[in-house]
Amino acid sequence: MRNIFLFIWKNNFFFLFLLFEVFSFILIIQNNAYQKSAFINRTNDFFGSINGKINGIYDYFHLAETNRQLAEENARLHSNEIKSFNITDKKVYTLNDTVYKQEFNYIEAKVVNNSINRRKNYLTLNKGSKNGIKKDMGVISPQGVVGIVADVSPNYSTVMSVLNIDTKISAKLKTSGQIGSVAWNGTNYRKGKLNDMPTHVKLQQGDTIITSGFSAIFPEGINVGYVLDYKLKNSEIFYDIDIAFSVDFNKLSYVYVINNILKMEQLLLEKKTSND
Amino acid sequence: MIRTVFDNVLRFLVLTLVQVFVLNNVQLSGYINPYLYILFILLLPFETPRSLLLVFAFIQGLTIDLFVQTPGMHAAACVMMAYLRPYVIGTISSRREYEPGIQPSIQDLGLTWFISYAGILTLAHHAVLFFAEVFHFGEFLITIQRVIYSTIITLLLVVVSQYIFYRPPHSIISGKI
Repeated sequence: MRNIFLFIWKNNFFFLFLLFEVFSFILIIQNNAYQKSAFINRTNDFFGSINGKINGIYDYFHLAETNRQLAEENARLHSNEIKSFNITDKKVYTLNDTVYKQEFNYIEAKVVNNSINRRKNYLTLNKGSKNGIKKDMGVISPQGVVGIVADVSPNYSTVMSVLNIDTKISAKLKTSGQIGSVAWNGTNYRKGKLNDMPTHVKLQQGDTIITSGFSAIFPEGINVGYVLDYKLKNSEIFYDIDIAFSVDFNKLSYVYVINNILKMEQLLLEKKTSND
Repeated sequence: MIRTVFDNVLRFLVLTLVQVFVLNNVQLSGYINPYLYILFILLLPFETPRSLLLVFAFIQGLTIDLFVQTPGMHAAACVMMAYLRPYVIGTISSRREYEPGIQPSIQDLGLTWFISYAGILTLAHHAVLFFAEVFHFGEFLITIQRVIYSTIITLLLVVVSQYIFYRPPHSIISGKI
């Protein structure tokens, strides 16, 4: 403490100067309207920008919560989309006539485990039978098809990913509507095959492949991928088509499980027909 | 000693009145305003204690401020000027300056010494004054332009006033201690 006083005393000229200058500037800011507003503006800019940066950091901590909310919101919006509704036959006149009848609804879930490097890859979701998930439901992400629910426990469910050599997704070309099936050959997680595409179909690189809606698992028109390359093999009636998946399976975090309300009805009817 | 004090008090009063009643009404081409009153700080004797220098400068600046109703601006500029004064004198020192009875004036130390001495301090004063007035560094060049033009005019007035109020070197009025 004594040293501080000694230091100040030694440099009394400078400190006196500082004192007078500070006092002058206080006078300036206190008594001159323009300088006052300029000072307040500048300091507000300064502190405002610091507060903005702090908020930016806090936002990172809330990202998980924000993501969850957005995913819920999306699930709700998907349920209201027209794709989720089945047009009822207008020729049938019933008392409670409605144009659209809901066919699909969506349950949002978080991917808690995922793999891409095996030949049979599975995902684990944080929702299970308690949340209404059942075996054989479709799973999609905002980018496209992810897989099909394989097993369900009360709180979790496993999903057989598209990256599984046993998975087959019924798909079609968006342009021509030709039906094929998408499969994975077990190597590159970004690439798959489109099988059963007859050679008379006109193909182009970059053609979009969407779900066909035939399997009663996925609604029609969900992205699967796009054509990377196609070849004609001698004496075969189908193309050899390489496709790129629209979903990056390495980056999955939130997905939607699709519940087809009318699936049972469709399956039972089909079973009955084939038994006959 | 008494003489010196009287001399400086008189100079303080006269310069303040001239500044407030005459020069503050002079506006060359819109924004060039001469500030002759800083002559008071320039002409304070070498023997003035450094802290007193600051006090006098502050009082002088504040007095002008009260007349033109810009509290603090002239005070800040004058205090800065008084703070720099000993260092400027030290830098451009002349052999004669610390002989007793010498004043920081043209008559005692020559035109070249006085112009560099007054020039640097006037520039410092005007720089602080004009930047305190605009209070931001946007339009930096325009402010610098104002500083330089006003410095030239003020310096001209300072030098001319020295010749007008000519006193023979080492006269009684110039104040011996």
